[in-house]
Amino acid sequence: MSATRILAVLVKEFTQLTRDRLTYALILLMPIVQLLLFGYAINSDPHHLPTAVLVQDHGIFARSTLGTIVRSGYFDITETARTPEELDRAIALGRVQFAITIPADFSRRVVRGDKAQILVEADAADPSATGSAIAALAALPQEALKHDLTGAVAPRTPAPPPFEVVVHRRYNPEAISAYNIVPGLLGIILSMTLVMMTSLGVTREYERGTMESLLATPVRPLEVMIGKLAPYVLVGLIQTVVILVMARVLFDVPLAGGWAPLSAGILLFIFGSLALGFLVSTLARSQLQAMQMSFFYMLPSILLSGFMFPFRGMPDWAQWLGTVIPVTHFLRVVRGALLKGLGFADLWPSLAALAVFVLVVVSLAMARYRTTLD
Amino acid sequence: MTLAVDVRGLNKSFGDKHVVQDVAIQVGTGRITGFLGPNGSGKTTTLRMLCGLLTPDSGEGEVLGLDFRKEAERIKRQTGYMTQKFSLYEDLSIEENLTFVARVYGLDDRRRRVREALERLGLDNRRRQLAGSLSGGWKQRLALAASILHEPRLLLLDEPTAGVDPKARREFWDEIHALSAEGLTVLVSTHYMDEAERCHDIAYIAYGRLMARGTGEEVIARSGLVTFRGEGPGADRLARELAGKPGVEMAAAFGAALHVSGTDRAALEAAIAPWRKPPFRWSEAAPTLEDVFIHLMGQSKDNFE
Repeated sequence: MSATRILAVLVKEFTQLTRDRLTYALILLMPIVQLLLFGYAINSDPHHLPTAVLVQDHGIFARSTLGTIVRSGYFDITETARTPEELDRAIALGRVQFAITIPADFSRRVVRGDKAQILVEADAADPSATGSAIAALAALPQEALKHDLTGAVAPRTPAPPPFEVVVHRRYNPEAISAYNIVPGLLGIILSMTLVMMTSLGVTREYERGTMESLLATPVRPLEVMIGKLAPYVLVGLIQTVVILVMARVLFDVPLAGGWAPLSAGILLFIFGSLALGFLVSTLARSQLQAMQMSFFYMLPSILLSGFMFPFRGMPDWAQWLGTVIPVTHFLRVVRGALLKGLGFADLWPSLAALAVFVLVVVSLAMARYRTTLD
Repeated sequence: MTLAVDVRGLNKSFGDKHVVQDVAIQVGTGRITGFLGPNGSGKTTTLRMLCGLLTPDSGEGEVLGLDFRKEAERIKRQTGYMTQKFSLYEDLSIEENLTFVARVYGLDDRRRRVREALERLGLDNRRRQLAGSLSGGWKQRLALAASILHEPRLLLLDEPTAGVDPKARREFWDEIHALSAEGLTVLVSTHYMDEAERCHDIAYIAYGRLMARGTGEEVIARSGLVTFRGEGPGADRLARELAGKPGVEMAAAFGAALHVSGTDRAALEAAIAPWRKPPFRWSEAAPTLEDVFIHLMGQSKDNFE
């Protein structure tokens, strides 16, 4: 061992570090940005979940019950349905996380002590989004009518609760995480492989010097892009089939249907991920930078898309950020189609968002791709 | 003589470095023009501007009869460009590289063209070898084959023989001459004087400016350079003493002999006078292209540094 020789290598490394500023700026910047971003955004105990109500009983007990539900902090009433169909649609489309029905005979049964019930339907596709809210409902019957049930209708203490909360976990009645995670993984695995692999494409041509020859030929940017990305469309499709088959065979994920919008979503998502990788590769100056940039994209895709943590648990700004990420929309399509069996009519907003993403990214990539060495 | 390349006022800066300043290049159709100049003089940049790889800051003129600024795409189709650094795909075989090029140019009869190119350059029995595993000389042949596959009318070669052994260099130049005889116009940048002498015309660029242009003889004649050759025991060691004397612009050893050159004959003779006696023998020699270039280099340095 020679200290001088170690020092020689050490000094050389530091000198090279200072030469590649962008790479190391990213290394320093990434943890800061990510810590702030995810530290504030991620919330595994989401409150203020959008809730639709169908109130068929306009008595004071019903109002008090709803008031208590809202005061728990988990439920925000965003919609008032007039028919059971309206209520059903709100939850099927994912506009709300919960649908609460207070039946017409609620007050009467409470007074009579005759098994009064309210129905709470939860969109339990993502069990982690609904878990704590449902737990909070357990205390509801004891609390809700404490102040109303006085005098003649006052219960004897200790008394059975004046009503019962019936919870339906829809789309995933047994709250099996895999039902939610496995379809979500499709989006994560696709973006991981596709974005990362293609992000090296153009950068590699520059690093190896082959870009000079390529640019001297009449080949056009869009031709390069399509030619470079097409093989990966196939890669993406094969991955999709493998994942879906395994989801069914190993994890028993219900494949409820919705194959047409699912296929459209998968294709759009593959195109979008590939185009994004291509864009990255026109921005990065080395393959290392390309990898860093793809990684920088992967983390919010995992953390802010609703894959890992409930989307509705995030503050508004983080939800807005999540809306820009294609994985978010892809997850809505995949879960909507596979778990709820939704069709085009219901999933078009997410599909449209994916299409817009593809268009924007392709345009950016084309604008960034230089046809000269300037 | 018709001109395949006729551009003037070519300028290009990278940041605050003015790499090419007001260069004019003319290349006669069907001729081989050698593009010479020291490292960093702007040769590569000029070639890249001619084939549309770089956008000039200013300049006008025609390449193959087309406006070289407005019709870069059409010029690209008729121009072959061989880069200084090997820039084909090392992880593809020779044949795969050529097939790729043929497809990119949308050539008809692709198989025949690739086969002919392989045969012409003697690459036929190595067709399946990966380009990355080839030696310098073979890589260079492959690069040449790729750059002429689409039958360009103009061939731009950027220091094509750097790092190639003399035999391969000789064969390469034979091939260039054969192509030229078929009517191809060639502009080739080089550092090698023997290669400069194999060119029909020469353009000399230094510090971004064109210093001389013409055939080898013309360039030598126009330089006004006078060269004396000194021989005798230890003549080569006089270089150091003579260098820097008034009138001596260049003093260099050539084997055991010494070449001293200058544009002022009287001053030059005065400078060598002290050694113009036995055992030294002096004779006036025709300046070589190398003498002229080193002279031009010194001159341009005075002007631009």
